[in-house]
Amino acid sequence: MKESMGIVETLQFYLTYPFVRYALIVGTLIALCAALLGVTLVLKRFSYIGDGLSHVAFGALAVATLLDLGTTSVIVMPVTVLAAILILRTGQNPRIHGDAAIAMLSVGSLAVGYLVMNLFSTSANISGDVCSTLFGSTSILTLTKAEVWLCVVMSVIVVVVFIFLYNRIFAVTFDENFARATGLKAGLYNNFIAVITAIIIVLAMNLVGSLLISALVIFPALSAMRVIQNFKGVIIYAAILSVCCALAGIVLSILFSTPVGATIVVANIVVFFINCLIGKIVR
Amino acid sequence: MAYIQCEDLILGYEGTPVAEHISFSVAQGDYLCIVGENGAGKSTLMKSLLGLTPLMGGRIVYGDGLEAHAIGYLPQQTFVQKDFPASVWEIVLSGTLSQCGWRPFFQKAQKQLAEKNMRRMDIWELRKECYRNLSGGQQQRVLLARALCASSKLLVLDEPVTGLDPRVTMEFYQLIQVLNQEGLTIIMVSHDIHAAVKYASHILHVEKEKSFIGTTQEYRKSDFWKELGGEDA
Repeated sequence: MKESMGIVETLQFYLTYPFVRYALIVGTLIALCAALLGVTLVLKRFSYIGDGLSHVAFGALAVATLLDLGTTSVIVMPVTVLAAILILRTGQNPRIHGDAAIAMLSVGSLAVGYLVMNLFSTSANISGDVCSTLFGSTSILTLTKAEVWLCVVMSVIVVVVFIFLYNRIFAVTFDENFARATGLKAGLYNNFIAVITAIIIVLAMNLVGSLLISALVIFPALSAMRVIQNFKGVIIYAAILSVCCALAGIVLSILFSTPVGATIVVANIVVFFINCLIGKIVR
Repeated sequence: MAYIQCEDLILGYEGTPVAEHISFSVAQGDYLCIVGENGAGKSTLMKSLLGLTPLMGGRIVYGDGLEAHAIGYLPQQTFVQKDFPASVWEIVLSGTLSQCGWRPFFQKAQKQLAEKNMRRMDIWELRKECYRNLSGGQQQRVLLARALCASSKLLVLDEPVTGLDPRVTMEFYQLIQVLNQEGLTIIMVSHDIHAAVKYASHILHVEKEKSFIGTTQEYRKSDFWKELGGEDA
């Protein structure tokens, strides 16, 4: 049946299914949030937080699945938020080697997560489960209505809060010491950035899986920074690129039956190189 | 009452004191240069004045209408800023943030203040340019305009001429001198001892055992100056 239809018809056919519509809504929102925060994370040299957190989230998810709670987010979200604050603190402490501590925490949770999944899993297809959690192969297409609503509410909160704190986030990102000297509570905003990052990462696990989340955070920011020369422009352009890549990735993965997460990341890679080229030509 | 009164400060890194018994005051219109060897505690002193690091001992009193966070600060460039995509306008405007209180966005008054200080620093034409594409001297003037937005009373500068070529360095010192003559109080941490005695009204030479504080004339007659091979005034 699929072969006999054109691409447009095939898409229209798939769009009649609610799970495809859910995937597109959730994908757009997560991509949007990830790009907003991504610019700040990349510029503050905080990209490693996203990477470390995604592994923590994987471990937490494994444990949550084991405990068989209705919605895994109940455990995963608070654990990841806590880890975010912890990672931020150690990263700023000059006496501890921040990068090593984070590597320890993230690889540790990855190992524990995998171990827990293997030891206690009731599923017949463990490697399939692990693969799905790491690379998000199909989870976005199996979202329940409750998960979609959770994602929508969280994304709206993130976007609204980001807009309201935009000027302060800029100040803390560009020059933390100056911001502190003028009385801004930079530590508070750093914690806030870490918490939001944790929320986005937990949400994004559904979309691209825990191993690929960093790509969603980093690529749009780097692409936008190649071309645009002011902060507001970079953020807006990164958001647009990110949403387009997510939509294109989801649609392509449905049309060609490729894994969703990997397809989105490849779209981001292609866009990055295009923007590198544009940046070279413009300057 | 002075803007800043420091009483018996102890400066140090991570619990180890490097300089003690530092007392001085800064009054309105002063141009104070803080000099001393690397690791003597210059930067720590400056960060304490700005409220960035807690003191190991002693106390700092702000007075004469100067509030603790109403200080314009010109920090050293961080590696984050070297490739930061921000326009000149965005950076200068961010200096007015402390006046916004709890309001999330900039009002007209803040935008006017930013414009005024950009014209004052002669960078209004550059407002749409990207910070990372500017020359070192231009970047310093952008950060200076931002500092002026944060305070109309006191500027604290942290080795501001590092990395600038000689001509730009001279222009920068003259710019600071003009600001000082216009009534701004200046505190500058500096390596450039000759420029310090040329432009500053007061010198604080931080040293482990005994630090020097006094007017530039007094400093020129002191042993600190002679040890550096300076000519007697």
